Amino acid sequence: MELERANLLQIYRFMRLTRVMEDRIRTLFLQGRIVGGVYTAQGHEATTVGAAMTLHDGDCIVPQHRDLGMHIVRGVSPRSIMCQWLARGNSPTLGRDGQMHIGDMHAGVVPMISMLGASLPVACGVALTMKMRKRSNVALASCGDGATNTGSFHEALNFASSQKLPLVFVIENNGYAYSTPTSKQFAIQNLADRALAYGMPGQSVDGNDVFAVIEAVGKAVERARNGQGPSLVECKTFRVRGHSEADKADYVPAELRAEWLAKDPIQRFADYLFRYDILTENINAKIEAEIKAIINDAVNFAEHSPAPDGATVSDYVYAPNGPIAIVGEPDADNPQYINAFDSRTGQPFSIVDKAEEAVGRR
Amino acid sequence: MNDKKVTYLEAIGQAIREEMLRDEAVFLLGEDVGAYGGAFKVSAGLQNEFGVDRVIDTPMSEAAIIGSAVGSALMGMRPIAEMQFIDFITCGFDQIINMASKMYWRAGMPVSMVIRGPSGGGTKGGPFHSSSPEAWFFHSPGMKVVVPSTTYDAKGMLKAAIRDNNPVLYLEHKLLYRMPELREELPTDDYIVPLGKAIVRREGEDMTILTYGAMVHQCLKAARILEEADDLEVEVLDLRSLAPLDRETIQESVKRTNKVLIVHEDTLTGGIGAELSAILAQDLFEYLDGPITRVAAPDVPFPYAPQLEAAFLPDADKILVAARELAAY
Repeated sequence: MELERANLLQIYRFMRLTRVMEDRIRTLFLQGRIVGGVYTAQGHEATTVGAAMTLHDGDCIVPQHRDLGMHIVRGVSPRSIMCQWLARGNSPTLGRDGQMHIGDMHAGVVPMISMLGASLPVACGVALTMKMRKRSNVALASCGDGATNTGSFHEALNFASSQKLPLVFVIENNGYAYSTPTSKQFAIQNLADRALAYGMPGQSVDGNDVFAVIEAVGKAVERARNGQGPSLVECKTFRVRGHSEADKADYVPAELRAEWLAKDPIQRFADYLFRYDILTENINAKIEAEIKAIINDAVNFAEHSPAPDGATVSDYVYAPNGPIAIVGEPDADNPQYINAFDSRTGQPFSIVDKAEEAVGRR
Repeated sequence: MNDKKVTYLEAIGQAIREEMLRDEAVFLLGEDVGAYGGAFKVSAGLQNEFGVDRVIDTPMSEAAIIGSAVGSALMGMRPIAEMQFIDFITCGFDQIINMASKMYWRAGMPVSMVIRGPSGGGTKGGPFHSSSPEAWFFHSPGMKVVVPSTTYDAKGMLKAAIRDNNPVLYLEHKLLYRMPELREELPTDDYIVPLGKAIVRREGEDMTILTYGAMVHQCLKAARILEEADDLEVEVLDLRSLAPLDRETIQESVKRTNKVLIVHEDTLTGGIGAELSAILAQDLFEYLDGPITRVAAPDVPFPYAPQLEAAFLPDADKILVAARELAAY
């Protein structure tokens, strides 16, 4: 993937937006304004943003809970994200689910569930459809080191490989599954080695080096796009905060955390950009002001959005019957199709920025 | 034998084939479903006709099979995921309960998929090839659960399930697959049997039997004996669709007969009968002239030896005993 100067700044902006948004989400949690659990991913930004940067329109991400960065790259709207965290009635899940459990197939985002690893077989179905429909699209599915120990992970890798699916698996190895270090989870050094068992290429890279992530994932994406089947990329990073914001993570040795804090992927990338005068103090100040405004707007919008009406809790358990569009094909947004829009609200799916105007969020 | 008559099993195969011809979004995936035609030969010939991309032989991976069905349904396809034996559905439980059934409610995206497979016992299948898993899924909002008992319904309900925009669990009783009495000549025109509608299989005024699946036939047998030997007119109501449940037809029948016997092959506690009993007790308390009575398998795992299997499974004799006691109340 050729990286232009403008592109590099865009990547940096996405990484900062991800970090600052999570910092704000944490504040909202500490202020008691987010009622449920909060999971953040400080240190993952090079991996999540870098991996998603390798995709094109029509490709699909199948993210997990620490993948805000992927959502941001794919154009998911900060307003949608904040409405979701604050459980508003106009959130993508209508307040029925929390965290980053949001999706929109037309925007190429599959909503996750809390059973980590369970999205990987679903990613197989997305990629299977792309293959059956003879498209040149790719699905990119992520999971943590913890989820690589589930049956779903192994079933999905084997299924994807035996079906030669256009699918890239990205493992975000951040050292811990909740409080359990990788040494107690598996007996191998590199999770990428698991690829060998399924007959696909596997590569371990420095997950805090955005260039390394883009190169490795980009190669895997191209391979998938060319019909050569799935690959596994392990991005080694570190979870410098707790599993959730309720977890002090005092089980992580202080020196280990300090070591990884010093390897912060955003600082590292900023140093590079400053060194080559791609980022300047002026540009940086402009980016930071922009990000601050975006997040203030999103929080303000969410806080002024209505709470869900308790009387609606039993609505929309079943989808209405009728014709279904094959997502990504011509005419898929024709309202004659039940899945062309959110048939619960009668409005377009709206987690991505560009769709917000249509639902009156802008 | 009339050559135009087909078996329950052939009707299922016809439904899959006709829907695949009608809609290119429909495809079948599962273990051994392709060249081999499936463990029971439900999909015999389909891979030849539609190719390996639409009749997909998968690894032995129920989570991957069901998960792939969910993912392709989200993309707008209409997958049919076969469980080689419905017992194996437990290996894919998470994909059904947490992924498929909650998707529309929380994300607004329909999951238009069918999971189907042979259920039920009576074939000496033992604890892992005989189960009736409907209650687990009946308890999961967002799932549809259907259990056809006739050849006509097997075809019409599968077509309706494939066209439905929700995850549908379609349970085909393996004992009915090739049962000669169920051979039937089916309409040549396209037809569906709408999900959510029960049907009265036999009319009567003295008692209503609520049942479904293979037990419909045991109940009909018992009802014939009760008519001849006891002069009792027993109504047999085939629920067909457990979720959604046709409360209206149930209520209409019980209001007339005032006595209810519930019969299912699945074990008793927490079974479909438990919920039916609660609904009847709450909604029709004043119409009941006797205790709501259940005939179901005992609360034990499904046994293997013929003597144990016979002791376990409800049948016409056990239904007769309960029905006579209820009639005499």
